[in-house]
Amino acid sequence: MELMNALVALLNYVVVPGLAYGAQLALGALGVTLIYGILRFSNFAHGDTMAFGTMATILATWGLQAAGVTFGVLPTALLALPVGILGTALFVLGTDRAVYRFYRTQKAAPVILVIVSMGVMFVMNGVVRFIIGVDDIGFADGARYLVNARDFRDWSGLDEGLVIRVPQVITLATAAVAVALLFWFLNRTRTGKSMRAFSDNEDLALLSGINPEKVVAVTWIIVAALATTAGVLYGLDKSFKAFTYFQLLLPIFAAAIVGGLGSPLGAIAGGFLIAFSEVTLTYPWKKVLGYLAPEGWEPEGLVQLLSTDYKFAVSFAILVLVLLFRPTGLFRGQSV
Amino acid sequence: MSRGLILYALMAALIVGTGLLQGWNLALTILNMGLISGVMALGVNLQWGFAGLFNVGVMGFVALGGLAAVLVAMPPVGEAWAAGGVRLLLGLALGAATVVAAVLLWTRMARGRMRALAVAAVLLVGWLVYREVFDGGVGAVEAVNPASTGYLGGLGLPVLLAWPVGGLIAAGGAWVIGKVSLGLRSDYLAIATLGIAEIVIAVMKNEDWLARGVKNVIGIPRPVPYEVDLQASAGFAERANAVGLDVVTASTLWVKVLYSGLFAAVLLILLWLAQRALASPWGRMMRAIRDNEVAAEAMGKDVTRRHLQVFILGSAVCGIAGAMMTTLDGQLTPGTYQPLRFTFLVWVMVIVGGSGNNYGAVLGGMLVWWLWVMVEPIGLWLMTTITAGMPDGSWLKGHLQDSAAHMRLLTMGVILLLVLRFSPRGLVPER
Repeated sequence: MELMNALVALLNYVVVPGLAYGAQLALGALGVTLIYGILRFSNFAHGDTMAFGTMATILATWGLQAAGVTFGVLPTALLALPVGILGTALFVLGTDRAVYRFYRTQKAAPVILVIVSMGVMFVMNGVVRFIIGVDDIGFADGARYLVNARDFRDWSGLDEGLVIRVPQVITLATAAVAVALLFWFLNRTRTGKSMRAFSDNEDLALLSGINPEKVVAVTWIIVAALATTAGVLYGLDKSFKAFTYFQLLLPIFAAAIVGGLGSPLGAIAGGFLIAFSEVTLTYPWKKVLGYLAPEGWEPEGLVQLLSTDYKFAVSFAILVLVLLFRPTGLFRGQSV
Repeated sequence: MSRGLILYALMAALIVGTGLLQGWNLALTILNMGLISGVMALGVNLQWGFAGLFNVGVMGFVALGGLAAVLVAMPPVGEAWAAGGVRLLLGLALGAATVVAAVLLWTRMARGRMRALAVAAVLLVGWLVYREVFDGGVGAVEAVNPASTGYLGGLGLPVLLAWPVGGLIAAGGAWVIGKVSLGLRSDYLAIATLGIAEIVIAVMKNEDWLARGVKNVIGIPRPVPYEVDLQASAGFAERANAVGLDVVTASTLWVKVLYSGLFAAVLLILLWLAQRALASPWGRMMRAIRDNEVAAEAMGKDVTRRHLQVFILGSAVCGIAGAMMTTLDGQLTPGTYQPLRFTFLVWVMVIVGGSGNNYGAVLGGMLVWWLWVMVEPIGLWLMTTITAGMPDGSWLKGHLQDSAAHMRLLTMGVILLLVLRFSPRGLVPER
C-alpha cells in the first residue's frame, strides 16, 4: 500500500509534469533545430516567436469565446490554434523576406545572423508587449481535471490522490500528433526530403535543382507551427507571460544542443532529458520518501536537491556537461 | 577621426539640449548612465570588435560588479558573522572541495566504470555534507535581524575600491565560463553566457545571506558627499548663491557633476588602455585571429587561449561598469536586472556605435542610452497625438496610451536591424 502511495505521489509531482514540460520543450527545441539545420544559425528570437504565436492564438480564442463558440471539455484555444499558426507563419515569412533574406543572399557569417535574430527578438518582444501587455494571462477553459484527487482516492482507497490535469494530457497528445506529422513530412514527402537534402549538403541540393527559397519558406512555416503549438501548450499548462517565454530560450537551446543541433530526434530526447532533470532535481522528495521509509525513518527536511529558483542552473549544468564531454550532442548533430 | 569628432560634438549637443529644454538634473542623470553605458559598450567591443566573441551574458557580469559594491563597501554585520558566518564559509569551502575532488578523481583514475562510480559517490556525499553544513549557517545568518540585515555584510572599505574588485569578480566568472565554452562554435558561447547570466541573477535573488536577495541592500556608502551635508555647509550655500542657484538644486547638481567626473575619469582611462591595446602587437594579433582563425593558428597563435584572455578582459570591464552603476544608485536591487536592458541593449550600443572601434562603441553607448530614455516620452507624445481624435474612454485609446511604455523595445529592435542592414560598420567604423 505504501509503495502504491509513493508511486502515485511520484506520478503526480514528477512523471506527469515532467512529461508535459518535456513535450513542450521538445516542440520548442524542434523549431530551433530545424532553423539551425536549414538556415544554419541559432535563432534567438525563438522564445519570442512562441510568445507571438501564443498571443495570436489567445486573441483568436477571445474572438471565439465572444462569438459563443467553445470546444466542450477541451480548451477553446485548440480551436483557435490554426489561426494562431497562420498569423505566426505570415509574420515569420514577412520577417524572412524583410530581414533574413538579405543576409542569406550575401552568405553572411552565422554569427551575424544570430545578431540579426537578436534584433528580430527585440521587435517581436515589443510587438507582443504592445498588443497584449506584460501581465499574466490564463486562457485555459473547458474541463480542468481528467482524474481528480478525491475521485481517485475514493476509487482506489489510497491516501494519495492521483491528479491529471486536462492540459497535461492535451500537451502530450498534441505533441505526439505534431511530431508524427513532422516526421512523416520529413521522411515521406518530396518537400520534406528536399529539406533534409538541403540540410545535409547545401551545394549538392542546389545542384540537383532544389529551390532554396521554397525550402526556406517551408521551414519557416513548420517552425511557426511548432513554436505556436509549443507556446500554446505551455500557456495552457501554466499561463502566458511574455517574459517567461523569453526565459524558455535557455532550456530550449539546452535541449536542442544536448540532442545535437540539427537532429530532430535529438531535440525530442533533449527536451525530455532537460525537463526530467529539472523536475527531479527541484522536487522535494519528502513525501515520496516518507511513504517508502520504514516507520520512524521518515526524512525531516524537504529532501530537495535544488530550490526551484535554480531550475535554470539545471539546464545549464547539463549543457555544460554535454559541451565538455560530447560537443556534438547525444545524437551527433552537425555542429562542432 | 573628423567624423567621430563631429558625432561626439552632436552627442554633447544632445545632452546640452536636454539640459536646456528639460532641466539640467535630467541631463546629468542621462550623462552619468551614458558614461557607464559607454564603459559597458567598451567591454563588449573588446570581446566582439577585437576578437569576434559573442557574449550575451553582459547582464551577469554587470550584476557581479554590482555585488562587489555591496561586498566591499557595506559595513560587516558582526552578529551575523558570530551566528553562522564561519559555518557558512566552511560549507562553501566543502562544496568547492567536493568539486575539486571530483575533478581530480576524473583526471587521475583510469577510464572505466569504477571511475564513474567513484566520481558519482564523491559528488553525492559531498553534496549532502555541503547542504548539511551550509544550510545551518545560512539559517543562522538570515535569522539575524532579517528586517534590516540578515546577511553577512561587506568589508566596510571605501566604495571606490569596489570598482576594481567588481572587475576582478566578473573576470573570475568569465574564466570559468570561458574555460568551458571557448574553442567550440561561436553559438555555444552565446548560449553558455546567456545561461550564466540567468544563474548569477538567480543566486543574487535567492541567496539572502550574500546580499539580502530581493530585499535589496540600500544605503551603500558614496564616494561623493551627501546632498544634506552640502546643504548644511555654509561655504557651499555661499558659492551656490554666488552662481544664482538655490542650495537644494545646487547640491543635487553638484553631486551629479562629481559622479560624472569620476565616471568620465574611469571611462577615459579604460578607453586609453583599450586604444593602446588595439594598436599594440597584441591588438593586431587579436584582429588577425578574428579575421582568419585558421591562418592565425597556422602562424602558431594559440587561438583558444587568446580568446579566453580577451573574454576575461572584456567581462572585467563590464564588471567595473556594474560596480559603478550600483555605486551611482546607492543600492543593489537584483530584481531590476533584465536581460533586454543589460545585455541586448549594450549590444545595440556596440553595433550602432561601430564594432571594432573603441570611440564608436563609447559613442554608441551614450547615444543609445539617450535614445532609450527619450523614446518613452516621445512614444507617449506620439500616442497622445494619434489618439487625440478618438473619443475619451474608448477601448483603443486607453490601450494605445498604456502601451506607449513598450515602444522602447520595438524602437531599439528596429534601430538595430536598420543599422545592421544599411550601415553594418556602425556610426564610427573600424579603421
